[in-house]
Amino acid sequence: MLQVRQLEVHYGGICAVKGIDLDVAPGEKVALIGANGAGKTSTLKAIARMLPASGEVRLDGDDISQAAPHTLVGRGLALVPEGRGVFARLSVRENLEMGAYVRHDSSAIAADIERVFGMLPRLKERAAQTAGTLSGGEQQMLAIGRALMSRPRLLLLDEPSMGLSPIMVDTVFGVIRDVVREGVTLLLVEQNARLALSVCDRGCVMESGRVTLCAPSAELLDNPAVRAAYLGE
Amino acid sequence: MDIFIQQIINGLVLGSIYALVALGYTMVYGILGLINFAHGEVVMIGALTALTAIGVLVPAGLPGPVVVLAGLLIAIPVCMAVGFAIERVAYRPLRNAPRLAPLITAIGMSIVLQQLAMIAWGRNYHTFPALLPALPHRVMGAAITDLQIIIVVTAALLMAALLWLITRTRLGRAMRATAESPSVARLMGVDVDRVIAFTFVLGSALAAVAGVMVAANYSIAHYAMGFMLGLKAFTAAVLGGIGNVGGAMLGGLLLGVIESLGAGYIGDLTGGFLGSHYQDVFAFFVLILVLVFRPSGLMGEKVAERA
Repeated sequence: MLQVRQLEVHYGGICAVKGIDLDVAPGEKVALIGANGAGKTSTLKAIARMLPASGEVRLDGDDISQAAPHTLVGRGLALVPEGRGVFARLSVRENLEMGAYVRHDSSAIAADIERVFGMLPRLKERAAQTAGTLSGGEQQMLAIGRALMSRPRLLLLDEPSMGLSPIMVDTVFGVIRDVVREGVTLLLVEQNARLALSVCDRGCVMESGRVTLCAPSAELLDNPAVRAAYLGE
Repeated sequence: MDIFIQQIINGLVLGSIYALVALGYTMVYGILGLINFAHGEVVMIGALTALTAIGVLVPAGLPGPVVVLAGLLIAIPVCMAVGFAIERVAYRPLRNAPRLAPLITAIGMSIVLQQLAMIAWGRNYHTFPALLPALPHRVMGAAITDLQIIIVVTAALLMAALLWLITRTRLGRAMRATAESPSVARLMGVDVDRVIAFTFVLGSALAAVAGVMVAANYSIAHYAMGFMLGLKAFTAAVLGGIGNVGGAMLGGLLLGVIESLGAGYIGDLTGGFLGSHYQDVFAFFVLILVLVFRPSGLMGEKVAERA
């Protein structure tokens, strides 16, 4: 579904992503783990064309590395950005409607909003509130719900646990588990490697702009080097 | 008391016009963080375009109001095209430049448009022909003309329509989302460039209407008329809280009333030392007060939060 070849991202003179290759098969759930500054977020942003990058990115075989960023959601790609990026001055419902911006099937959109509310009842209670009044965890759930509103086939999630209390992290990952159970393909960037690998089939470790290791989650969880570096053992 | 009511009426008329122009400033600021100083010139182009069209149409012998309406309907698309071109030529290439660059460009664009208008329409004042009934109605001792009623009602309808567009439609949601975060709006599939272009075009359409209103109300138009009007409307936008659409409406009306009341009473208050031609002082006095005591404006938020 997603093929990344020789992806490079530069910030001024600094090379944040140094020519990585990455494949995500349809229905697969892949975690991108690694330390702060390893280039995980830059990789996701480059795939979603939020950052200028060189190299090749293919979605369903089509090269999207030159596509206009706003056309990607129509191709089935949705990114939940780092820091959530909810529209603070729009209501919860309007945020969800923005998620369905490229769709024109209004009755199905209404049904999908109800479906998201069913999955995330906290949001339903706050449907008319502006998103800026939500707690961090609620905003993260809203950001995920908003991404689902486009009915993505490939979901890119950037650091969903960032800045959340441990209890909220559990809740948010519960939501992510529900989402992936429905069959969406997932590329998850997450510093909390244990949690990420518990959701995903496969993990790739990034270190200073390079992918150094890709393996099934169980293998990574058993790998002594990974355990020492990323699982705090 | 008669003067008071009369000045309130005059103020509401003037304020309606300020509000329409202020909306153009505030919508662009809301989305781009840019003060489009050329916006006053769009108002001027609207007024002079309508006057030219009216001058051509008058000999046809159509009823006065029809001629004015036709002039307006010609001025609107012309101004929309000008607004679209300004954004394309002057601001889009500077989208990612430091903030000072587009600001200076805006002032430059204002001068360019003013000079072009001077070449096209000359330096003379153009008078607005008496096509609309000028007989005033008496209201509580004050006079109000049909034209003034039309201005206030039209402005109110346009503002209501604009609020509906921004708060209730898919396009309005996209505008608000873009104003908050263009990059996230893009992730949702919003073509941000188009939304920005649309914002300029929409503001310019309102400016065209305001231009025709000013010309009709004061029976005069001139290539330099946009400058002061633009500054006043900008003041109104700041007073309401720049970036806030409701604030621009409130700020425009308030500023109009403050100016009118000020002009009506300044003679009495200073014992005849200062006359009503000091009207302009009030707008800028208000601007200074707002900037000192409430820089975020009446309806503005303190700091734009970034979640």
